[in-house]
Amino acid sequence: MDELTTVVRNYIMREYLEEGDDREITETTLLISGGIVDSFSMVSLKRFLEKKYSIRIPDADATPEAFDTVQRIAELVRRFQTVASSA
Amino acid sequence: MSNLPAYQELTANFDWSITERELGYKPGGPINIGAMCSDRLCDLGLANKVALLWEDYQGNAKRFTYDDIRVLSNTIARFLCDLGIQPGERVCLFMDRVPELYIGFLGILKTGAVAQPLFSAFGEESLLVRLGDAETSAIITQKKHVHKVRKIRSQLPKLRHIVVVDAGRAPLQECETSFQMDKAPRVEQSPVHPTTAESPSVLHYTSGTTGQPKGAQHVHYSLISQYLTAKWALDLRPDDIYWCNADPGWVTGTSYGIIGPWSNGITQVVLDSGFNAERWYGFMEKYRVTVWYSAPTAIRLLMKEGREVAQRHDLSSLRHLASVGEPLNPEAVIWSQQLFKRPFHDTFWQTETGCIVITNLPGMPIKPGSMGKPFPGITATVLDPKTYEPLNQPGVAGLIALRPGWPSQVRTYWNNETGFKAKFRNGWYLCGDRASIDSDGYFWFMGRDDDVINTGGHLVGPFEIESALLGCPGVAESAAVAKPDPVNMEVVKAYVTLKPGFERSDDLELEIMNHIRKRLSPLAMPQEIEFVDSLPKTRSGKIVRRILRCKEFNEPVGDLSTVMDD
Repeated sequence: MDELTTVVRNYIMREYLEEGDDREITETTLLISGGIVDSFSMVSLKRFLEKKYSIRIPDADATPEAFDTVQRIAELVRRFQTVASSA
Repeated sequence: MSNLPAYQELTANFDWSITERELGYKPGGPINIGAMCSDRLCDLGLANKVALLWEDYQGNAKRFTYDDIRVLSNTIARFLCDLGIQPGERVCLFMDRVPELYIGFLGILKTGAVAQPLFSAFGEESLLVRLGDAETSAIITQKKHVHKVRKIRSQLPKLRHIVVVDAGRAPLQECETSFQMDKAPRVEQSPVHPTTAESPSVLHYTSGTTGQPKGAQHVHYSLISQYLTAKWALDLRPDDIYWCNADPGWVTGTSYGIIGPWSNGITQVVLDSGFNAERWYGFMEKYRVTVWYSAPTAIRLLMKEGREVAQRHDLSSLRHLASVGEPLNPEAVIWSQQLFKRPFHDTFWQTETGCIVITNLPGMPIKPGSMGKPFPGITATVLDPKTYEPLNQPGVAGLIALRPGWPSQVRTYWNNETGFKAKFRNGWYLCGDRASIDSDGYFWFMGRDDDVINTGGHLVGPFEIESALLGCPGVAESAAVAKPDPVNMEVVKAYVTLKPGFERSDDLELEIMNHIRKRLSPLAMPQEIEFVDSLPKTRSGKIVRRILRCKEFNEPVGDLSTVMDD
């Protein structure tokens, strides 16, 4: 697991799993479908990613599909990091 | 063809005794929703018919016949009685959409206790307010949610039992009990508490502009209108496979996710999963869903994902589509007509009405964007906001009002009779919404008549959010208002002033958002926070949310004579 993926995973475990919730979160754990993050909570997760990585994720790209696993979130962040660096 | 004759014919000679006869209820005799939705169907020869097909997000599936839900609800009822739960006591269901939630609901009602379902995404503050107000005696929950109960346990002196349905070998604390439905000894025969028409059945909490959420108290007689509206407005028929997206933590999930379909002897499917377009369409294809009751927010999320996802699946089984929670925009009706070859039928109702009250009945011409017409037996109008007299001019906006007396009308607010009485004017019940009526009698929704925020079809009260915001570090004052949103219709926006020594920052904004999400719920979390130097107030110091809301909706703010100059 690379650093970006680890940061995203740790943030989700800290902020979205309740204390005492012993579910394991891997790169492919279903977050939206699995009820760990919902479409309302996605907004604060998106805000965290934008702040942490100095990027802007357009609302059109912040879909439940794109936020459904740590792996997909990391891919999304990388995509917009590239956009930011080439701007 | 629908179940129904023409609208005029239906309404002309309508009487709720139609349902009483169909359900075999004799006025003055016993009526118990738990038994009516399980034992009665078995007595009618449906014991082996499938009542529930359940699946979770990982594809684990379970199947329950009507005899299963009869026996398992007996089993839960016996377990609760053995714990000492008495008729009239409140028993909370605080679970995801697992079978224990649906069957447990019937089990609680069979004991004569009151079922108090709460949305499992609620944080501890939301939970505390609702359990404290209801003086709840027991809560049935899951391992993943029990820690939230533990955090507030010491503040709930009336809470005697915490029941965990999937504890397994996990250690439990004092007053906690493990109950595994599939491993408990099955109770084949058990007496059902002889509740009558006005015996309390379900307590659902709903938000208002002022004060904490109010407990809407329903009674067993509510079944009479829930049964018939499910049959007529949702067009449920014996061979249907029915899917209601709503969570039983909210009233749609109990009235039409449990009581409506099961009292009609329908097979229903439940998907315990968050939103995923591919998964949802795949689920409907797999189970050949025929009737789908959804919500505009879900429909707009599906629209956002594109038609291609839907077109990968065979959804030809769909026969009737309906929607609830907020106004259904015309684009969604047209989208479903094009994609599914049938429109979504908008239905209007709320926690206090207990059943659909204004709707597009099957077979009735649909005007996209309209709420439809009053359900037979419901007298609805719009009132002049100043005189509270019916407005008889087509197209003029007023307050949606209902003539009291339908079977599932809320009987009171728990411990708040004053708040309940305030909902009535001139003999009309006020829904808190504004609409107009056109010359054909169709209702057209205009918006809320108060500061309550309708987000994703759920009502969120500003007071509860503002109270929780005061617990955030740095927050001096706040105002929570609705902000327009293309998917959820409205979302929460918070205007915040900071205490001296605190600086506006992205970190603080995120901290506040997460604080509300965890303490209250994701629905209540402000999707935007605007830090301001001051909030608009009246000369007596009351915050005027109206001005901030108008700013968000680009509406004129109206009379400002009572607002202080800053």
